[in-house]
Amino acid sequence: MRADPVTPRPPLDPSAAASRRHLDPRFYQIAVLSGLLIYGLGWLHFDITPDRAALLLSTALLTQYVCTKLWGLPKFDPKSALISGLSLCLLLRTNYAMLAIAAAVITIASKFVVRWNGKHIFNPTNFGLVFLMVVGAPVWVSPGQWGNVAYFGFLMACLGGLVVNRAARSDVTYAFLISFAALQFGRAFLVMQRWQVPLHRLESGALLLFAFFMISDPKTTPNSRAGRILFACLVTVLAGFIQFGLYRTNSILWSLAILSTAVPLIDRLLPGVQYDWSRVRSKPQPQGVPDEAASGVRQPALDRPALGPSGV
Amino acid sequence: MCGSLLWTALLWAPAAYSFCGFYVARGDAKLFNHASKVVMVRSGDRTVLTMANDYSGEPDEFAMVVPVPTILQKGQIHVGSREVLDHLDSYSAPRLVEYFDEDPCRQYAMEDRAKSMAPQALGTMSRSREERARSLGVTIEARYTVGEYDILILSAKESGGLQTWLLESGYTVPMGAHRVLASYIRQGMKFFVAKVNLGEQKRLGFAYLRPLQVAYESPKFMLPLRLGMVNADGPQELFVFAITKNGRVETTNYRTVKLPEGMDIPEYVKDEFPGFYRSMFTRQVENENREAVFLEYAWNMSWCDPCAADPLTADELRGLGVFWLGSQGPQGFVPGGPQNTFITRLHVRYDARHFPEDLVFQETGDQSNFQARYVLRHPWKGDTSCERYGEYRRSVRERRAKEAETLASLTGWNLASIRRKMGGGWSEDDNPPDWWQRIWNN
Repeated sequence: MRADPVTPRPPLDPSAAASRRHLDPRFYQIAVLSGLLIYGLGWLHFDITPDRAALLLSTALLTQYVCTKLWGLPKFDPKSALISGLSLCLLLRTNYAMLAIAAAVITIASKFVVRWNGKHIFNPTNFGLVFLMVVGAPVWVSPGQWGNVAYFGFLMACLGGLVVNRAARSDVTYAFLISFAALQFGRAFLVMQRWQVPLHRLESGALLLFAFFMISDPKTTPNSRAGRILFACLVTVLAGFIQFGLYRTNSILWSLAILSTAVPLIDRLLPGVQYDWSRVRSKPQPQGVPDEAASGVRQPALDRPALGPSGV
Repeated sequence: MCGSLLWTALLWAPAAYSFCGFYVARGDAKLFNHASKVVMVRSGDRTVLTMANDYSGEPDEFAMVVPVPTILQKGQIHVGSREVLDHLDSYSAPRLVEYFDEDPCRQYAMEDRAKSMAPQALGTMSRSREERARSLGVTIEARYTVGEYDILILSAKESGGLQTWLLESGYTVPMGAHRVLASYIRQGMKFFVAKVNLGEQKRLGFAYLRPLQVAYESPKFMLPLRLGMVNADGPQELFVFAITKNGRVETTNYRTVKLPEGMDIPEYVKDEFPGFYRSMFTRQVENENREAVFLEYAWNMSWCDPCAADPLTADELRGLGVFWLGSQGPQGFVPGGPQNTFITRLHVRYDARHFPEDLVFQETGDQSNFQARYVLRHPWKGDTSCERYGEYRRSVRERRAKEAETLASLTGWNLASIRRKMGGGWSEDDNPPDWWQRIWNN
């Protein structure tokens, strides 16, 4: 393996690591996702009750606890599960409490079970949602629930950007947003639509949530920057085919789930350093422990084995 | 005079509401102008579209151009029944229900006897024209006469040719249609063009135009809006009645918002329900920055509560194109009958600025029921007396004050005017009780 020449993350000295310990990006993610959920429930009238949100969150946490025990992780860390649960609250819609429970269990369990070469393959929430839709369960995702209020998009972008910058793998987000915008404007140009059409599609809370909080999952994206940019572009191309060729909704969710299976191949073709948040942690974890990079959204792997500079 | 490009600007005749149980409403006036009604029956990739219009001009001036995803065979086009559509409209319309307070003293006496008494919620064309068409890049894929309509299915290579052909064929194509037509051509859409065959109409004896129905198979679950916006003078009103197997339908590229419902509103609204509904809808549209689609009804077709009209019979549903019901089935409405038909009524007020894209839909698995229902509560006005009658009067006064505020908030109507209309005795003349009055009930 060679060092990823473009990952701007030199090893930190212990004092710097200690000072940043309390700035675990997952806290930002939890805050942002919680804020979005409150806004969605209080102002946008999302089709989810507070009871259902509580059920999703508690099931996700419980599953995380059980899996922590089963896989022998040294300690229970609720942050990842909370992020996954919040993501499900924002995206998953169903009439059935049992399906909500199933979704939370599948989402959390997938990061422990569906693994390859020390990484989990799918973004957990993406996997949970797509799995239930593939088996034909009466669940749905409402991409229109966010509306297209410009200021909201702007707010989301700012909040999302904050998190992404702290996670340092914003390249995949920017690559996706740029390629997706190019796709929408290109398509509109080809079919002679007004420029307001692609703009309307880009002013979508669902798109920003996906770009800033889901595709950017550092644990399920390729290790090298070139690989991540390629991955983002492929997700855009497949999403374009699903949206404009097959005329199916939630094209970005389907595209991400399908292309996540190609990440090991991209990693082989374009090798890089596996993402490791342990470099910002003062105390390394034991080897062989499943990582915690689980969530509906991207998140750091604080509990995966530290590779450190020597691992590069 | 030639026909006009028309997918909109159709007047929606008001629903004739019926009464049943505690249901009550008035809908005798025109509720919305420039409104169209579309029924979309959808399962898998199969769609049956019923396009209703209450066009009231001269029949020879009627023309409709609708982009459709596929070339349609004659058997895929049908002329439906306006009555069934009106029935569907009545069944799913926003409704008013009214409850009458019982004699409060009798009520209190019963409460005293059995403390557990909880209030119940009562609750045609020559060869030369074809050659001309070909020279313009327009292909007449098919030509049929169905019922009182002459139908053409066109495909075109470019919009200029199509527009020229339409103009030469006597259709009035508004300024600006060129670009919209071009966009649909690029997306591979065909054009369904309907005109009234006056001879057939006279022979059939219909005084009005019946709804046109088309059945096609395409993954595109959408409704083209943009042609209608070309010649629109102001916002257009569209009602979409989606009938599906599994659950509620929603738009994926615009927010689908539930209308506020279940509120108590003043009694006098019973005589002003159309005005109330219109004002309330306009207010909600403004609240959502004119960018939302509104859900007015979502219900399994097998029942209703309260019923604004009986659910549609299996025959009526088959008439609308509910193909999965098969040819056999219950002939009349049977409670608990067709279980796998779920209706969603969506109402959208659109214009080019706020709705740049056509509506795209998805069927969800949401089987929960929703209805835009508003409640009138009539206070007890009979003779009665008891110690707690004062308490009842106060509760009614508070209730009416709240009803006035709710109505003002829902419609944007002036609160003082609402109070004035509500009348005296039980309303604004009685000041709200002081806080201390609540302590000792005096």
